[in-house]
Amino acid sequence: MSTTAQTASSSLASGSSSSSHGSENQLAPELQLRIHELMLEARVLEERLITMYRQGDGYFWIGGPGEEAFNVPLGLLVDKGTGVEHDYLHLHYRSSGTLLAMGADPVDALRQMKNTATDPYSRGRNFAGHYSARKWNVAPVSSPIEVQYSIAPGTAMAQRATGSKGITIVTGGDAGTAEGDFATCLVWSSRKGSELPMLILVTNNQYGISTPFEGQHGEERISDRGKAFGMPTATVDGNDVETSWFALKKAMDYVRTERKPYLLEAMVSRLNGHSSASGANSVTNEVDCLSRFEKKLEERKLRTRAEMDEMRARMTQELLEASKRVREEPQPKPESIWDYVFADKNYVAGEK
Amino acid sequence: MATMIQAIRMALHVGEERLGVTDIFGEDVGPPLGGAFTATQNLKTAWNSPLDERGIVGMAIGLALAGRRPVAEIQFCDYAFNTIDLLKIAGNTYWASAGDWNVPMVMMTPVGAGIRGSIYHSHSFDAQATRTPGWKIVMPSNPRDAYGLMLSAIIDPNPVMFLKPKALLRAKALPGEEIPGEPGDLKTLSKMIDAPVGESRSRWKPEWPKLEELYIPIGEARTARTGRDVTVLTYGRSVPMSVSAADELASEGIEVEVIDLRSLHPYDWNAIKASVRKTHRVLCVNEDTEVTNFGEHLIRRLVEELFYELHAAPKLLAGAHVPGIGLADNLEHASVPHKDGIKSALRELARHEP
Repeated sequence: MSTTAQTASSSLASGSSSSSHGSENQLAPELQLRIHELMLEARVLEERLITMYRQGDGYFWIGGPGEEAFNVPLGLLVDKGTGVEHDYLHLHYRSSGTLLAMGADPVDALRQMKNTATDPYSRGRNFAGHYSARKWNVAPVSSPIEVQYSIAPGTAMAQRATGSKGITIVTGGDAGTAEGDFATCLVWSSRKGSELPMLILVTNNQYGISTPFEGQHGEERISDRGKAFGMPTATVDGNDVETSWFALKKAMDYVRTERKPYLLEAMVSRLNGHSSASGANSVTNEVDCLSRFEKKLEERKLRTRAEMDEMRARMTQELLEASKRVREEPQPKPESIWDYVFADKNYVAGEK
Repeated sequence: MATMIQAIRMALHVGEERLGVTDIFGEDVGPPLGGAFTATQNLKTAWNSPLDERGIVGMAIGLALAGRRPVAEIQFCDYAFNTIDLLKIAGNTYWASAGDWNVPMVMMTPVGAGIRGSIYHSHSFDAQATRTPGWKIVMPSNPRDAYGLMLSAIIDPNPVMFLKPKALLRAKALPGEEIPGEPGDLKTLSKMIDAPVGESRSRWKPEWPKLEELYIPIGEARTARTGRDVTVLTYGRSVPMSVSAADELASEGIEVEVIDLRSLHPYDWNAIKASVRKTHRVLCVNEDTEVTNFGEHLIRRLVEELFYELHAAPKLLAGAHVPGIGLADNLEHASVPHKDGIKSALRELARHEP
């Protein structure tokens, strides 16, 4: 965690007004407990996915341990629904916390890991963490780390054109901002007189696979790039739940009200490396947002260590059992490769 | 009798008036220019985009996801190469999400040689396009087909790529290629829908003819000329060239059948098979470079499925596999098929004794 980011967070996220969610710096107790439960569920889910990978119940793992303190608040703050009146999400493959906070069933993530025919996100076609949920305006997550930044302005343009109250949220990692699509996002969202209601997020874990951010980027903060386009920006400590919540709330309120873009960078951790390709082992030299939040909850006497341990054990057991059931679910049939090529059935002309 | 560019413009007009088209956009697509070839002049939903092809394709995908009906233009297909992974996403979104999200968008782009466009305004895109599964690909060879294919593309629930043969955009329609509802002569139509050049343009309003809808089904070929001796499988600019070559060969007693594919994917295999079963001899003609060319795919499938029907080895006449099309007349001419080359190839096929 860079000190720059932490300093920035205290000054940039402090402007949030008090609301039913809590006071200026602290969320209401019941909300804290709900966020904790979701963060824990997201963490336990990722641990189960990694175990499934290690036990041969999946070919590849990639996910978001270390982004929960930011991604869970995001999922809770979204205006969830179908169609242009609600928020659109263009996420990346570390977004389990957001999906769970929106109400996704963690067992469906296990199905995608095991690439079963019952996987609702891709029917066994895509990697773990590659969510798609049209019912909640979650566009399909794809493996290229940048393309969502070029696609997101389109849903925001639709929201602008229809005068909807919904906004478009796009998220990606720090490494992906080196791609031209990130510049595309900044340019297209800030055209004068045609500004788009977009919350542009970057979760900065300071690595692109094995390559540190520092050696590849001259900009001090990624969020600074937004300044050239006249949009408000912030870099915050994404390992802190409340900082993240208030920063997201402030940015979303701005986008909802002003119908203009906002660039928010969250400094986060990457607690199990890039993916299973680098072993998915846990790292010890980065802040663990979950332990940090749990410590806070203990100090605030909202939840005891014993209660949290019990919750974790129960969730772990539930997902273990679910993974055994998922193992027995059918794999996709070979001939299913021909399904969903076209949205109409006319995909081999002249042949019925 | 519209030109192809007028036909496309009229189809887009019908699209935005009656078929739900919401956004027609790209570089110089909106006022004042209305498109590098005027395809989008005076359209009420046309707007100018930043000079960013990846942004254009991404915007179209996003609009389509949000239920809009976009028609995006890449000004020249030579500039679509940096959009290929976004084209791939448009093509795989329905499949990758197992039917959760479809992407009803049209991407149109001028393709091919014939206007002395040198290295970056002469490229073809059919080989690349047909290697992007999940897309439907169409390429008209006359104004009527351009109109009918565009209307079909607009209402299709999938991404459809509309390849505009640059060299034919200003060619006049032939009898039988009328668009239902257009005035009979080109001058009248031009006066109605072509914006004047100069200062009066900003005050000028088009008078759109009362056009009828015409849907050319995607996936259906057209027999541009019937014949018994050799089949030409072609599309776009090479269609009128092949028909003209065939007309000239008639005096030599060679009767050539020209199949205008119109759709490259899905393509009309039944029409291809029926023609080849009749003539037993095949020439594929297109402008894209010859290595890994769409015509090669057709020949491979013909050899696999109709080997014993063939009386001569199928031939491909395509663009030279060189990195660009040179500006000088001789260079452009030497790089893509022309009538004389088509005639020689057809003669050779017709006279071949098995």
